[in-house]
Amino acid sequence: MFLGPFGVLFALFFLLPIGYAIYESFFKVHVSGLGLGPSSTTTVFAGLANYTHVFSDPSFRQGVGRVLLFGVVQIPVMLLFATILALLLDSVAARFKRFFRLAFFLPYGIPGVIAAILWSFLYLPGLSPVVAALHGAGFGTVNFLGVNSVLWSIANIVTWEYTGYNMLIIYAGLQAIPADLYEAARLDGASEWRVATRIKLPLVAGSLVLTAVFSIIGTLQLFAEPQVLRSVADDISSSYTPNLLAYTEAFTNNNPNYAAAVAVVLAIGTFILSFGFLRLVQRHGARMGV
Amino acid sequence: MAVSTAARLGAKAAPRVRAPGSPKVTRGAILATAFMFVCAVYFLLPAWWLLVSSTKGPSTLYSSEGFWFSQLHLASNLTGLFSYDGGIYWRWLVNTLLYAGVGAVCATMLASAAGYALAKYEFRGRQFVFSVILGGVLVPGTALALPLYLLLSKVSLTNTYWSVFLPSVVSPFGVYLARVYAASAIPDELIEAGRIDGASEFKIFRTVALRIMSPALVTMFLFQFVAIWNNFLLPLVMLSNTRLYPVTLGLYTWNNQYGQAPQLVSYVVIGSLISVIPLVIAFLSLQRFWRSGLTAGSVRL
Repeated sequence: MFLGPFGVLFALFFLLPIGYAIYESFFKVHVSGLGLGPSSTTTVFAGLANYTHVFSDPSFRQGVGRVLLFGVVQIPVMLLFATILALLLDSVAARFKRFFRLAFFLPYGIPGVIAAILWSFLYLPGLSPVVAALHGAGFGTVNFLGVNSVLWSIANIVTWEYTGYNMLIIYAGLQAIPADLYEAARLDGASEWRVATRIKLPLVAGSLVLTAVFSIIGTLQLFAEPQVLRSVADDISSSYTPNLLAYTEAFTNNNPNYAAAVAVVLAIGTFILSFGFLRLVQRHGARMGV
Repeated sequence: MAVSTAARLGAKAAPRVRAPGSPKVTRGAILATAFMFVCAVYFLLPAWWLLVSSTKGPSTLYSSEGFWFSQLHLASNLTGLFSYDGGIYWRWLVNTLLYAGVGAVCATMLASAAGYALAKYEFRGRQFVFSVILGGVLVPGTALALPLYLLLSKVSLTNTYWSVFLPSVVSPFGVYLARVYAASAIPDELIEAGRIDGASEFKIFRTVALRIMSPALVTMFLFQFVAIWNNFLLPLVMLSNTRLYPVTLGLYTWNNQYGQAPQLVSYVVIGSLISVIPLVIAFLSLQRFWRSGLTAGSVRL
């Protein structure tokens, strides 16, 4: 059967770990006596204790608040940016389309870790020509890695990486629209702006939804960029994002049961948010007749 | 003046549909091009900095103008990079090719077979299976890395090639793309014709279905390649032996160590450059496959 090989691996490396994480999250390590010697720790059933701990954990709450704030600002900015670029590339007026398309898409070919390393050099005072140029232009010494600015420095890295990719998805949607559909509107004297907002945008709504869902998932899982920037920014704590918290709990604090509970909550949260967003858009779309 | 000339020329070349080539459009075109040029600078400048910096020595990296060349140290940077720690950078490149390249090929084969089965065979629970796999698309790889580590450490599989490779060959999104594509592109009559000719189901899949699905296969391969190459958490939790690292994890480790070994800054810079060059070229030249695959994916959403 053709489904077999994939099915087995899917069960082993997708379903089983999810099940195992749920299972682990119901236990905790109990230390008896002084906690010395191998037999002094036992794993005991903890019920929902890990979960109540997750929801009351201030570092978890702060991390969630941080990625939500990040998403509420960064996702719309990036998608607006990507949409504008896609519309401009698609408009008859633009020149050098091929060059621009390649230039915008290039960062997507650079993996997140390397993009973060690269930008960390561009944020680092003493090494960064950007900091030096801003200083030269009279802005003083701009601190990209300060306690309030570093989140937006991370947002800039993510925007830099994924705008071109999202632009390409929207652009693909635009290219799929038959040209005569808006030629008619144009002959009727509709401006480029009207053609873009009244004809093109509604027709690429599906592509925009796709990019939004991918962005929501990516944002909640934020890990590589803050983890890399930790080497230059002291203000990124070991629980900066929920994923970082889970990683720290599992490997630094040696508390895999708690980390499993964090991972489960995060996965369910991601699922609810992305699925809820899809549902919301679909209902809204049905009402508008899209 | 020049603008009105252009307008008259536009009016003369009437059959071109852009006929009312009014001055407004031309000004819009200039503004649009200027805006896109500024954006291009934003997207290209960091890459340019990487290119320039990889030619500098450790001292001029800090002291010279960041966006322009200084003393040329490209050759010594390269030899340093490839010989440091017993030439471990080579290992990392090969490992990356194994994880992302071979992994994506395997993932594509598995996903295309599964997608084909879901699209072309009627069986009980088909819709349920597809829904579960679709749910898997919404569960990101990073959420799985931690539980996978806990699980694989029980069977002593962590810190091996398999611990990174095996989870990477599962691509629910690939199954989704394959199913959408197979359902719309492979006619049932063609499969029936094959059966009447006495071909086995496997032969029909190999000779008919895979050939028709080939554009989708390239897209699936690209998606999975990027997913593996970008998955940082999985190798980070699984591997402790540096000789098993993919290049991203290796460079990350060096990046954390240059406080103790200053020459590593140069190696991180040039190592980043070398590792992304082949990828960027492959990406840019395969761009049309991204677009075709993405259209197929978003139309159905």
